[in-house]
Amino acid sequence: MIQSLDDLEKIKEDFAGRIKKYGKTVKICFGTGCVSSGSQAVYDGLVGALEKESLNKKVRVVKTGCHGFCEKGPIVVFNDDEIFYQSVGKKKIEEDIALLLDTIKNGKVADKLLYKSADKLKKFVSTKEIPFYAMQKKIVLDLNGAIDPEDIDEYIAHGGYSALQKALTAMTPDEVLDWVQKSGLRGRGGGGFSTGTKWKSCKDAHGGPKYIMANGDEGDPGAFMDRSLMEGNPGVILEGMIIGGYTIGSNQGYIYVRDEYPLAVKRLGIALEQAVKYGFLGKNIFNSGFDFDIKIVRGGGAFVCGESTALMSSLEGKSGEPRAKYVHTVEKGLWDKPSNLNNVETWACVPAIINRGWQWFASIGSEGSKGTKVFSLVGKVNNTGLIEVPMGTTLRQIIFDLGDGIQNNKEFKAVQTGGPSGGCIPKEYLDTAVDFDTLWELGSMMGSGGMIVMDDKNCMVDVARYFLKFLVEESCGKCVPCREGIRRMLEIVERICDGEGDEGDIAHLKELGRAVNIGSLCGLGQSASNPVLSTLRYFMDEYEAHIAHKKCPAGVCKPLINYTILDNCTGCTLCARECPSNCIIGDKKKPHTIDTKKCIKCGMCYEVCKFGAVNVV
Amino acid sequence: MIEFTIDGKKVKATEGEFILPVALREGFDIPTLCHHEALGSDGRCRICVVEVKRGSRKRIVTSCLYPVADGIEVSTNAPDVMLVRKSVLELLYARCPEAEVLGHLAKKYGVENVRYSKDHDKGKCILCNICIRACAEIVGVSALGFSGKGMSKKVTTPFDEPSDTCIACGACVVACPTGHIFMKDDKGVRTIWKKKFPLAQCPECSRFHAPVEQLQYISKVTNVPLETLMVCQDCR
Repeated sequence: MIQSLDDLEKIKEDFAGRIKKYGKTVKICFGTGCVSSGSQAVYDGLVGALEKESLNKKVRVVKTGCHGFCEKGPIVVFNDDEIFYQSVGKKKIEEDIALLLDTIKNGKVADKLLYKSADKLKKFVSTKEIPFYAMQKKIVLDLNGAIDPEDIDEYIAHGGYSALQKALTAMTPDEVLDWVQKSGLRGRGGGGFSTGTKWKSCKDAHGGPKYIMANGDEGDPGAFMDRSLMEGNPGVILEGMIIGGYTIGSNQGYIYVRDEYPLAVKRLGIALEQAVKYGFLGKNIFNSGFDFDIKIVRGGGAFVCGESTALMSSLEGKSGEPRAKYVHTVEKGLWDKPSNLNNVETWACVPAIINRGWQWFASIGSEGSKGTKVFSLVGKVNNTGLIEVPMGTTLRQIIFDLGDGIQNNKEFKAVQTGGPSGGCIPKEYLDTAVDFDTLWELGSMMGSGGMIVMDDKNCMVDVARYFLKFLVEESCGKCVPCREGIRRMLEIVERICDGEGDEGDIAHLKELGRAVNIGSLCGLGQSASNPVLSTLRYFMDEYEAHIAHKKCPAGVCKPLINYTILDNCTGCTLCARECPSNCIIGDKKKPHTIDTKKCIKCGMCYEVCKFGAVNVV
Repeated sequence: MIEFTIDGKKVKATEGEFILPVALREGFDIPTLCHHEALGSDGRCRICVVEVKRGSRKRIVTSCLYPVADGIEVSTNAPDVMLVRKSVLELLYARCPEAEVLGHLAKKYGVENVRYSKDHDKGKCILCNICIRACAEIVGVSALGFSGKGMSKKVTTPFDEPSDTCIACGACVVACPTGHIFMKDDKGVRTIWKKKFPLAQCPECSRFHAPVEQLQYISKVTNVPLETLMVCQDCR
């Protein structure tokens, strides 16, 4: 049982003693991305090799949470970011293990495993030098990738639970609330509502018991911020929640996490068990007289259950349908009791605010949005992965500096932010400083932090179709505008993509889009039209090309395109061999032709041609 | 006492009331499909929307669930109200083209032609939840529920199988605002929710008057002997 600062210090000392005997530390990323690209094999290979060389007592091999650079996984880092190796064991694992061993034994840096910029001109040794990392500022993900998420001692050794100790023993609940309010922290789940204001409303609400909840039901396509946090440093979420409970006057917390995140569920469970064992949860925490418990509740994977009231219905054991919020959930939430729900990322900001002060937190970020934001940067960008940057960083910095630009030197077209509820932002706004308010003004939103980069081969009508399709499948079906309206918007957009759109479709989409946005019951429906309305706002020319000219400028919508072979075809026959419908004919070393009647428009010829001789019209 | 305005008219209400009953009491026209006086509100159909101005903020809310508050300005016919109402009715009518009530309402609120392809697999069900709530909250047997989500959401018995708990009382049929639920009495047998229930024959007048299972259920909850209930109400 840990009851004082001295007890925490003792754990720190013990941990330092435990790892002192090791001369070197090798951190292998065990985030979901790296696990799926083979980090377990790297771990096994390295541990086996170290044993063979009798080095296993001298080198500490740690399984860490996500390092963020998922594109380049499996990632292996030496000591404190000294050497950064990427794509380890992806091709020849034995060779790579030998290189790792060479680095350990002889300090030799393996050129092959270093990160190189997309243009291959620069290579980097240390994590800190790589632009993807150098431009980040980590508060939430500070310890992701640095610690073993299954070892509470390592979290404590890095300052974990010291904020809890400080809050519970040296601050009153009102003081903690005051700090959170002054820090300017806003909800990271998407809404961007002031966390301090929400806490105050819940604290002031009459009746009880009061409940604390963490939303870990991340479900946006391409988003994995919350997942990585829960997998990489679950302790910081628990610590934030306990501090929140103390502030608001709640003794019971719930973490709602989707069951499709088995690793997150497992590691949260381990962190919870260890926190109970040390007395950070339970009765009389840090001898303060404050009691708090947390339960993990696994969601069934419905996207709508990330919406606060649907989440609460699900948590209560009912089907995940949202309910009207005219009486706020801080007054009548879970089981109709005052409840405070924050996203896991919001909770993870709290210990840092308590440890380093609200002034420090408020000094980071933009005028209206303080601190940092974690984004999952995905799509047609060279460096995809998880990033944390100060609020107010521009889209250009994120996509072109951190992200190292667009894949294959293609043209940037748009970035979709905010998940299915968000919108597409065109290149005119690349210099926009990203925060809650600026994205909102552009017709998009921060959402939970998804960022999908698109190039000139992305059709914006098709993008709208993709998100509508996602939402049709994820609408719970409770209210009519969302259930029936999104589906009808999809029908219209599909018709446009098929070349059957007519003149009235744009006006119809705008009208129905507005009705769905203002008429729906919950946040899902209220933002469901955003992908359509924002693409209409910025890419009207593409809609018009589809409707009036029956053309898809990006060459995506199959009924509107044809593949042809140009005169510069060398007759290498590669396309003819790869064509799945055998519709490319021609003699060797002579220009080929495509039989458009048999062509299924799969684009394979276009992809494989090395001479740019296949054209989409 | 709460005071606020509806379409400019000053009205009074009791704290805790929702806008809808106050507006109806005051003679305003607000349509609704999922609100039922015995079951209250559910916020599903969204045709009872009104625009509420509170301070400087205007928003569209469902009048059936929005609690009255001092000083709010309610509009029952603002452009956005009519947009949502009309859109919803057009969407519902496309879903259930055979539901007469939707045809009438759609026409009344300006839907001239339905621009969507019509569904033919949804019957007249608009998923208003009234049948489910009537069964659970009034009858007290919970034989019905929703299955699926989104477009595949439907009202059904558990696993789509003949229900063990349904007593064939027909409360769902009576409560349904569109007439979707099929029920038929024929030769001493009632068919409802894909199950056949024997009807009790009155020993006095030989009339088939109620499902035996319903009478058994009533007997159980009221302690009135089943023999008494087997006699029809006319002969009792």
